[in-house]
Amino acid sequence: MSQVPLTHILFVSTALFFIGMYGLFTRRNMITMLMSVELILNSVNINFVAFNRYLYPGKLDGVFFSLFIVAIAAAEAAVAIAIIINLYRNFHSIDVEAADEMKF
Amino acid sequence: MPNSACIILIPLLPLAGFVVLGLFGRRYFSRFAGVLGTGVVLVSAVLAIWVAWQYFGTCLADGYCRQTVPVRFTWLRVSPGLSIDMSIIFDPISVMMIFVVTFISLMVHIYSLGYMKGEERYATYYAFLNLFTFSMLGLVLAGNIFETYIFWELVGCSSFLLIGYYYDRPTAVAAAKKAFIVTRFADLGFLIGILILSFYAGSLDIRTLIQRLVQPGSQLGSITTASFLGISMLSWGLGLVFVGGAGKSALFPLHIWLPDAMEGPTPVSALIHAATMVVAGVYLVARLYLVYVGFDHFEVLHVVLWVGAISALLAAVIACTQTDIKRVLAYSTMSQIGYMMFALGTFHPVGEATTLGYTAAMFHLFTHAFFKALLFLCAGVIIHRVHSNEMQDMGGLRKALPLTHGCFLIACLAIAGIPPFAGFFSKEDILLAAWDSNKPVYYIGLFTSGLTAFYMFRLYFSVFWGRPARAGGAQFGAGGGHHSEGSGGRHSEGSGGHHGEGFVGRHEEAPFTMKLPLVILALGAVFAGWVPFSRLVTYDGMPQEGHGIGVFAIPPVMVALIGIGIASYLYRVASDRPERAAAAFRGMYQFVYHKFYIDEVYLFITKRVIFNLIGRPAAWIDRNIVDGMMNGLAAVTAWTSTAIKRLQSGKVQDYALYFFMGIAGLAVLFIYIYS
Amino acid sequence: MNLSLLVLVPLITAVAVLFCSGLNRVRWVSLAGVTAQLALALGLLLLYWRERGSGNGAPMLFEYRYAWFPALNIWYHVGVDGISVAMILLTAFVMMAAVLVSWKVEAMGKEFFVLLLFLSAGAYGFFLSLDLFTLFFFLEISVIPKFLLIGIWGSGRKEYSAMKLALMLMAGSALVFVGLLGVYYNTDATGGVSGVGGPHTFDWQAISQMHLSIAVQRAFFPFLFVGFGIFTALFPFHTWVPDGHSAAPTAASMFLAGISMKLGGYGCLRVAVFLMPDAAREYSPIIIVLATIAIVYGAFATMMQKDLKYINAYSSISHCGFILLGIGMLTQTAMVGAVMQMISHGLMTALFFAAIGMIYDRTHTRLVDRLGGLLKVMPFISTVFVIAGLCSLGLPGLSGFVAEITVFMGSWQRTEGMYRLATILACASIVVTAVYILRATGQTIMGPVKDPHYNVLTDAAWNERLAGILLVAGIVAIGVAPYWLNDLLTPGVSSIMHHVGKVTMTK
Repeated sequence: MSQVPLTHILFVSTALFFIGMYGLFTRRNMITMLMSVELILNSVNINFVAFNRYLYPGKLDGVFFSLFIVAIAAAEAAVAIAIIINLYRNFHSIDVEAADEMKF
Repeated sequence: MPNSACIILIPLLPLAGFVVLGLFGRRYFSRFAGVLGTGVVLVSAVLAIWVAWQYFGTCLADGYCRQTVPVRFTWLRVSPGLSIDMSIIFDPISVMMIFVVTFISLMVHIYSLGYMKGEERYATYYAFLNLFTFSMLGLVLAGNIFETYIFWELVGCSSFLLIGYYYDRPTAVAAAKKAFIVTRFADLGFLIGILILSFYAGSLDIRTLIQRLVQPGSQLGSITTASFLGISMLSWGLGLVFVGGAGKSALFPLHIWLPDAMEGPTPVSALIHAATMVVAGVYLVARLYLVYVGFDHFEVLHVVLWVGAISALLAAVIACTQTDIKRVLAYSTMSQIGYMMFALGTFHPVGEATTLGYTAAMFHLFTHAFFKALLFLCAGVIIHRVHSNEMQDMGGLRKALPLTHGCFLIACLAIAGIPPFAGFFSKEDILLAAWDSNKPVYYIGLFTSGLTAFYMFRLYFSVFWGRPARAGGAQFGAGGGHHSEGSGGRHSEGSGGHHGEGFVGRHEEAPFTMKLPLVILALGAVFAGWVPFSRLVTYDGMPQEGHGIGVFAIPPVMVALIGIGIASYLYRVASDRPERAAAAFRGMYQFVYHKFYIDEVYLFITKRVIFNLIGRPAAWIDRNIVDGMMNGLAAVTAWTSTAIKRLQSGKVQDYALYFFMGIAGLAVLFIYIYS
Repeated sequence: MNLSLLVLVPLITAVAVLFCSGLNRVRWVSLAGVTAQLALALGLLLLYWRERGSGNGAPMLFEYRYAWFPALNIWYHVGVDGISVAMILLTAFVMMAAVLVSWKVEAMGKEFFVLLLFLSAGAYGFFLSLDLFTLFFFLEISVIPKFLLIGIWGSGRKEYSAMKLALMLMAGSALVFVGLLGVYYNTDATGGVSGVGGPHTFDWQAISQMHLSIAVQRAFFPFLFVGFGIFTALFPFHTWVPDGHSAAPTAASMFLAGISMKLGGYGCLRVAVFLMPDAAREYSPIIIVLATIAIVYGAFATMMQKDLKYINAYSSISHCGFILLGIGMLTQTAMVGAVMQMISHGLMTALFFAAIGMIYDRTHTRLVDRLGGLLKVMPFISTVFVIAGLCSLGLPGLSGFVAEITVFMGSWQRTEGMYRLATILACASIVVTAVYILRATGQTIMGPVKDPHYNVLTDAAWNERLAGILLVAGIVAIGVAPYWLNDLLTPGVSSIMHHVGKVTMTK
């Protein structure tokens, strides 16, 4: 059985990355933005796993890294949701448009 | 020879008087300021007379006059070769001048004791008078040409302060400003002249300067070969120095300040604007006379000659139409200074300097000081009495003011050149010098002499003869407010003292302190002509043979008598003859009455041309273009930063987008580079 | 003598003022501080004379060096010659007068005096420094406090003016800094001229011994000259002067016009011309043209002003033109004249601003046509005003005359047509000066009393009298006896001229 070539998988991860990027830039809802970030992280995960499998089949470093990322993503989600809640308390909205305190 | 400590005290005493009165006068000497101020000048005058006696005694004993420099000390070393020294030069003219200055100054100080009594700023007045005396003495004694300039400016300043003495009168302030600015403008010429002469001569010391510019040598060579606009630098230098002198001496066309300067107190006019300061220009030319006549460059002397002659004539013509007694005297001063100046300008066309003109000019300066100071002081008594400057407010005063009448008459005869009064001798010398040198100038001088006699006697007759101006009004200050001498100061003071004096005046014409100077000066006006001037004051120190009084004296005296005759016919008895005469020449009379509209021309040039065409644009350009450039720069910066700051939206997403675009851009760039 | 005392005394005074409670105590402590400064400056003059009298011919006296950033060869290096001593004296005089006229500053008085004292520390440090970096450091110290002084205690459009002044002066010092770096990186200190480390040096004397190449001089002279020139109102970078001076509180105006503008002149002379004589000669025609424009145009622009402070500010542009003219002429006499003009203008303009401030405090107007007849109500202030005016128009016996005449005499030694023309125009400007000074004096001081309210005004108080007398004494001391100042300045200037001349010969 012929293997799926690496490039196919990379296409998937790139597509996933840009989908995530697009969501991050266009969505105004913080939760959706957080989800987009998760997509980006997962696209990275796919890359790690794929490169590990294709380039260094004897090693497991890539897999470990993707596990790290999953863990960090979880932590990040916790922090992000804490921020979102705080934001909601302050602005009564989780729309990023409302939070432009850093504007000139 | 008198010792130098004595000589240096002559100018320093008035300086000390100025410092003491200026600093403490108001507070501690308000009553005795006059006595103190007069005291120092008295000592100074006694010293000056003693010094002059010694000096001229030595002259007569030796057979010629020495030029010495008894005092010298370096004030400012400008460069290794040039230094501004404070030095005192002693030669016939400076000794003659310290005598004149201290003597007239003393008279004026004494006179002011009565005249200025009760003034609010009495101490300040004496402080300024002392300052003037000091500066004028410094000016005549200066042995360094820059020292001359320094004192030249100082006399200008003291003149400014004294003209503006009644500072709350706008006319006085304007006159003071005008005098200062016009003379300052002329001094610019003097300054540049000094720069030119000293640059080529390599010295500021007058004796060295004259020596180097007269004797053939490298200095004389370079200054005569260097030229600008086809005129040699020597002529430029001398000409510009003469401009300075013309400004100070109120010669045409820089004379416009002198009539206005009559806004000052009358004794001040007598001292500064008649006897001493205004002749400084004559003195300056005389000081550098050897350079003026040296070598063969008479173009400057030509200018001196004609400027003098024109001023003499022009002023005499204007004087015939003026109605303010002090202004008539001011124009007559200008006319007489014109006389002195053209006497200095006379020369033999063959290139040999005439020695007569120099002596004649100095002689006339000497005699003029006496009779002109006398005229002004008499005018002061008259003004004090009638409280007006206008001739129409006067008339028939000869009974009320007998002494003043006598003195005024003597002075008029002296200025008209009637023998044996002082003016006759000096004027005759001047006309003789002119006859030898330039016939047209001689005729101008002769005609002016007639005019002088006419306008002086016009003044004399209308003040002392004719009908009393208003019945009984003469004693009570009928003149009202306008032009009245010192009215501002006195009225504001509001004391009864002056009115009281007016009543006293019925019995007594003036206090003793005012009468004494009149008598002394009248003696001077009678006898000053008998001084053997040609034996004492000559340009090279060698005595000249005095020429006898001969047939040559007849025409001037005749002309003067005709002038007096006409004046007598028109003004001795009150009539409408003067009006008819004026009406006959209506257009010309108006033209002259308005002083040939010279003031208006100046006013036009300064107010319209300089202010509007230079000052205003300069200020506008500065505010709008130069500063606009700076503000524009700031505006561009602000605009740029406004444009850039929009990028800072405060939205994290935007920042992330920029970041991402940056990364993408970099990626593209790297790919482009590496492939 | 330890020169650092001159910098330390104002700083210590400033700290002491900070710990004072009560405005009265603040005033007296400041006054004590500036009196100490004046005493130190006079002491310095005496010591300097004694040292020179005993035959010490070193170019700089009382030198002190301390390695500040040894790695970059930056030293705290101070020393004085006649020029610096004269400038320090000027600073001490003006500072004392400035503190005295600020007696009535009520709002935030403590901060006001602290800033003023900081300024003076910067000025002293600047005049003492022999290391270019230290010099720049002190230059900056004397810029920033001005912003606050004008912005907080000023009048009129104070924020605008403060901003304008600070920005233009900062631009000037930025140019100076570029110039200094340019010089620094083209020096070669590997021979061990100044010791410890680094291949380059900021040492002023060491650099003057090296011959900077003509290309370097050409490139960096304009930076230094224009940079310093902005401080001294070089045309067309003078526009901060009228706005800054007129918005500033009296004491700050006095400091600005009296000392701050002299920092520039001193820098032009000491740094730009001395270190880069070749370039100075090349650029001299341009300097002359700019200076002449400033003189003539400043004078005419002054004629049209209606506010007394604007009159004095514009006349400062004109008078500071004489400084640049004297420097640009590159003759010894003119240069001595330029330094004299710095001193003279410093004293005179400080006096003028002090008098204007006193008048403004009483009448609450500075407009010439609203004032009138002040001589009657406040004789002392009016006399001071007239003296300042007469000094400004160059009356002999006062300092302005001496300085201007020396510049003229020096300028006339240049025989080229253009220089002659510049000299004549400069001479002519004194007539215009007479016009505007007399107009201002005639309308404000003389004439009838315009406003009946003025009749109740009081004359100067003791502190104002003292300030006036102090400055008048300085003006008269120079005007009546200029030889001492001339003797003080000549050696310093002749060493600069010797440098300019030496390079001429080798070229």
